[in-house]
Amino acid sequence: MSTLTQQAGPATPAGSAHPLSQRRPLGDRTFQIITLACGLLVLVILVLIALSTTQQASSWFTTEGWGIFGTVWNPAANQFGALAFIYGTAITAAIALIMAVPVSVGIALLLTEVVPYRLARPIVYVIDLLAVVPSVVWGLWGILVFAPWIGKIYVDIGSAVTGIPVLDSLFGPPTSGASFFTAGIILAFMITPIVTSLSREVIATVPAIDKEGAYALGATRLEMIRGAVWPHSKGGITGAVLLGLGRAMGETIAAALVIGSSATITSHLFAPGDSMPAVIANQFGEASGVFRAALIGLGVLLFAFTIIVNIIARAIVGRSAEQGTA
Amino acid sequence: MAAITEQQLGPNLQEPAGWRRTKNRIATIAMVVAFVLALVPLVFVLITVIARGIKIMSWSFLTSGPIPPNVAPANVGGIGPAVLGTIEIVAIATAMAVPLGVLGAIYLNEYGGKNWLARLIGFMSDVMTGVPSIVMGLFIFSIWVLHFGFSGFAGALALGCLMLPVVIRSTDEMLKLVPNPLREGSYALGASKARVTVTVVLPAAIGGIVSGALLAVARAAGETAPLLFTILTVTTANPNVFSGPNTSIPSQIFANATSPYVGAQDRAWGAALTLILIAFILMIAARIVTARFTRYSR
Repeated sequence: MSTLTQQAGPATPAGSAHPLSQRRPLGDRTFQIITLACGLLVLVILVLIALSTTQQASSWFTTEGWGIFGTVWNPAANQFGALAFIYGTAITAAIALIMAVPVSVGIALLLTEVVPYRLARPIVYVIDLLAVVPSVVWGLWGILVFAPWIGKIYVDIGSAVTGIPVLDSLFGPPTSGASFFTAGIILAFMITPIVTSLSREVIATVPAIDKEGAYALGATRLEMIRGAVWPHSKGGITGAVLLGLGRAMGETIAAALVIGSSATITSHLFAPGDSMPAVIANQFGEASGVFRAALIGLGVLLFAFTIIVNIIARAIVGRSAEQGTA
Repeated sequence: MAAITEQQLGPNLQEPAGWRRTKNRIATIAMVVAFVLALVPLVFVLITVIARGIKIMSWSFLTSGPIPPNVAPANVGGIGPAVLGTIEIVAIATAMAVPLGVLGAIYLNEYGGKNWLARLIGFMSDVMTGVPSIVMGLFIFSIWVLHFGFSGFAGALALGCLMLPVVIRSTDEMLKLVPNPLREGSYALGASKARVTVTVVLPAAIGGIVSGALLAVARAAGETAPLLFTILTVTTANPNVFSGPNTSIPSQIFANATSPYVGAQDRAWGAALTLILIAFILMIAARIVTARFTRYSR
């Protein structure tokens, strides 16, 4: 008994000196401030990106005004309307999503609902490998191997639809393999991993009891997915799709190599076009003055678009993940 | 007797017959087809890169320089300057982004907890991972290159900005996995929060943190867009990272990809193989670290 009090005796003041008092050691406070500064760095960088690029692009915004959304991009004549690139970005991103989303959600369902765990792991590795291939390697393969090959298919499709009203204006005669559509396909390959992994995370939060309930009522797997998985995860999958959209809009090098580099607005998907990141990458080297300001301005617009898409997407994904764990 | 009753009263576990079963099978087949559709381009890219890159790959290809002009045939010279540039730039980017990112994550998880600032920083880190890499290049061009000129360091700044949110997010995930009793035990011994974090929490999570950092490095090494307007692309080696234009493996591939000359294309394939090998080695290293040093996982 006496030994116990003796032991506790000296321990009490030492213990109360730190956790119970308001004063914390100087080193501890310094460390907290350093970590806080590092955390704030994220916000600082984001603000600096917006400010510095907008400042460099200001001469484009002031000289063109609303003309920045004009249709003519002709650096030689000092005309810098960006609509063709915004159009190209939208079209290629749309093509990429139309192809990548069903595939990604399919793989996510395969991983969560069909295959056993030991088979799911290697499938996840393989899908992750898609994300490991660098953008420039997709571009190199796209321009030297894929575009020449698919160009022949475009020719076949183009001649097959000649004269058919809507299809002709969409899939009309191509000029080469480098086109909106080729860029869209390459982008689809590149955004599949992220859409798959996020969809999988969302689907994994569906309560087992919902699924078991559906099976207990005699549902097939498909009916269970439609009745239990889909209502629970459609919000989260929407967020995953938006994140994929953000990636597709900002993807630069692969698009720059395979899109064909032509500032045109056309309904022909097999025609060469250009997108915002691609034109920045391809033309920045030779630009100066308002031309360079216009290219940086395209970067500002791209930053604004992707930030908005990402904020919405992350808010949706975060909310649906919270619902899943609650 | 018991078996018979079970057969009579037990649930009918057979798949329902008819159209419902057919639809279910079609759906399952569609999922497998989706996986195959994703597999096909991956296999094609890897086979092409390996088959065409291996022809030119050699030690002297990786080390010799300067990079020959596009018209030179494939067996002349190598991409040594690009390899050197990539190593320098990625090393500096890592040296900046990993410590800052880990410290930022420590704030999020150990100090901020659920307060509004920590939530905002965490949320914006997620958002920042979605900022296009070309925008990072334009950003560093605007605030650095215009004042101090092209350099490998400018490229490292751009790559560092890309890596920072990735490191913050992966480290944050790992710190969350460290069980609270570990922290409480250390506090009970009278340690300050900084000490607990550095000597108990970080070592407990180090496996996951390192493997997350390696994956961030693997992604940064393959980035081209942020380097285009920060390091320029030159053909001679520039050992001075802090001044003068530099080059890197991805920039070299981009420069060669549109060249009509077979020699330049072959060098691009060789460089692509190098890049993919680097990424694979880092990925495997990350897996080994995860397997050997991770104490807490999901």
